[in-house]
Amino acid sequence: MKRIYLDHAATTPTHPDVVEAMLPYFSNSFGNPSSIYSYGQEAKGAVEKAREKVATLINARDEEIVFTSGGTEADNFAIEGVAFANPKHNHIITSTIEHHAIIETCKFLERRGFEITYLPVDKDGLVNPDDAREAITNKTCLISIMHANNEVGTIQPIKELAAIAREAGVYFHTDAVQTAGQLPINVDELGMDLLSISAHKLYGPKGVGALYIRKGTKLVPFMHGGGQERNRRGSTENVPGIVGFGKATEIALEVMAGEIERQTRLRDRLINNILEQIDGVRLNGHPTKRLPNNVNVSVDYVEGESMLLNLDLENICASTGSACSSSSLEASHVLLALGLGHEQAHGSLRFTIGKWTTEEDIDRVMEVLPRIVTKLSAMSPLLKSHK
Amino acid sequence: MPDIQSLYSEKVMDHFRNPRNVGDMENPDGTGHVGNPICGDIMELYIRVKDNIITDAKFKTFGCGAAIATSSMVTEMIMGKTIDEALEISNKTVAEALGGLPAAKMHCSVLAEDALRSAIDDYHSKQKKGEPETKAKMN
Repeated sequence: MKRIYLDHAATTPTHPDVVEAMLPYFSNSFGNPSSIYSYGQEAKGAVEKAREKVATLINARDEEIVFTSGGTEADNFAIEGVAFANPKHNHIITSTIEHHAIIETCKFLERRGFEITYLPVDKDGLVNPDDAREAITNKTCLISIMHANNEVGTIQPIKELAAIAREAGVYFHTDAVQTAGQLPINVDELGMDLLSISAHKLYGPKGVGALYIRKGTKLVPFMHGGGQERNRRGSTENVPGIVGFGKATEIALEVMAGEIERQTRLRDRLINNILEQIDGVRLNGHPTKRLPNNVNVSVDYVEGESMLLNLDLENICASTGSACSSSSLEASHVLLALGLGHEQAHGSLRFTIGKWTTEEDIDRVMEVLPRIVTKLSAMSPLLKSHK
Repeated sequence: MPDIQSLYSEKVMDHFRNPRNVGDMENPDGTGHVGNPICGDIMELYIRVKDNIITDAKFKTFGCGAAIATSSMVTEMIMGKTIDEALEISNKTVAEALGGLPAAKMHCSVLAEDALRSAIDDYHSKQKKGEPETKAKMN
């Protein structure tokens, strides 16, 4: 049976052209970019070419791109880098629905004397820019709000948020891990100072990402070492990974417009079919200000992991915000922040569409999902007590 | 890529795919209702008792694969046992009967044990009130 992968927000398969572009840098062109002989310079040239491609994706200047080990490092770098570079300003504003890479970094700083404001979101997952404006104090150094949420797909008003930060003389960071390569991003038009990207979410390899740092932004290096990345991130460059990342961003830009249209159509087909054909379902996240590839629903009276297991038996890969499937045994902080009850958070199901998802794949989900829900509902003690 | 099913033993997957004794019971002799929505597992267990022997058991569970499988397994294990024998069943024996559970899922087996104890407690309290063992039989 064909495996249907609908978890592209978790990771994407590396594009075959990306793999091909990377291969020479494991063998023939293995040099260290810091070496002055030709092997080294070949590698350095490849890294700089990739930097140009990543910069192009978000309309940045090459020297504003610092390669990292991924989205998590980029997020840690942005938050800690700004926090430690501005000792007199110990207040950071973020939201309750950020990725753990942001929330845990903020909690780490909180334990070290920083003050963090976690802005609430509305039922659709949107941050209110007025809340951000009101939260700013004379101690604020940074506002960090994600571009789009990885669980529910809600796209934040980051242009407005960045303008508020700019006006107050506060840096603005956005975690664009879910949007880079998927939606158009122009850092000058949107106005952020810092932006995180991960390669493996855009059909690049795992273990590489980037932090965009607007020229003039003051931040402390995250990794201390041999002066790579203009002294902002020590460590020998992950040359094959960076080359793959560059190639992936190039492809993403080429296909972006068509993919947004195509994936939005598949997304809406799946959402509408689920809402029409299954009882007791609600859509989580904003209905329109939403990633083109994100479908997140909660099914009443049915637990998420048991739905995932049943889907997996049908060779369909999806994801859930249920506590049962997390190592922490806590329900998704994002769904709870949207105001869902614990049962609804446990009953959530996320499908994220990708480049190779077809209409047949979506229809296959609709062939099996209603049956799965019926089977599990019949087993649920919650259903009876609500009747 | 190891799939989600490799999380669980074959026995767990068997009970998850084909859970035994799912459903309600008319006038059970004992009912156990345990779990809470915050941790995401809720289980109801119904038992029928005749001459101190559990003659029938049914369950309903809201929970993950491990919760459903342990619920199903515990109903199989208690059937035909005396109340005292059933009380010897622990979460560990249920997990063992399933060929083991992942460490992170052991708490699900506690749900099954708790439901069993709660159903037996309910049976005992009904006995004290002098209710007949099986109302259904008398109807």
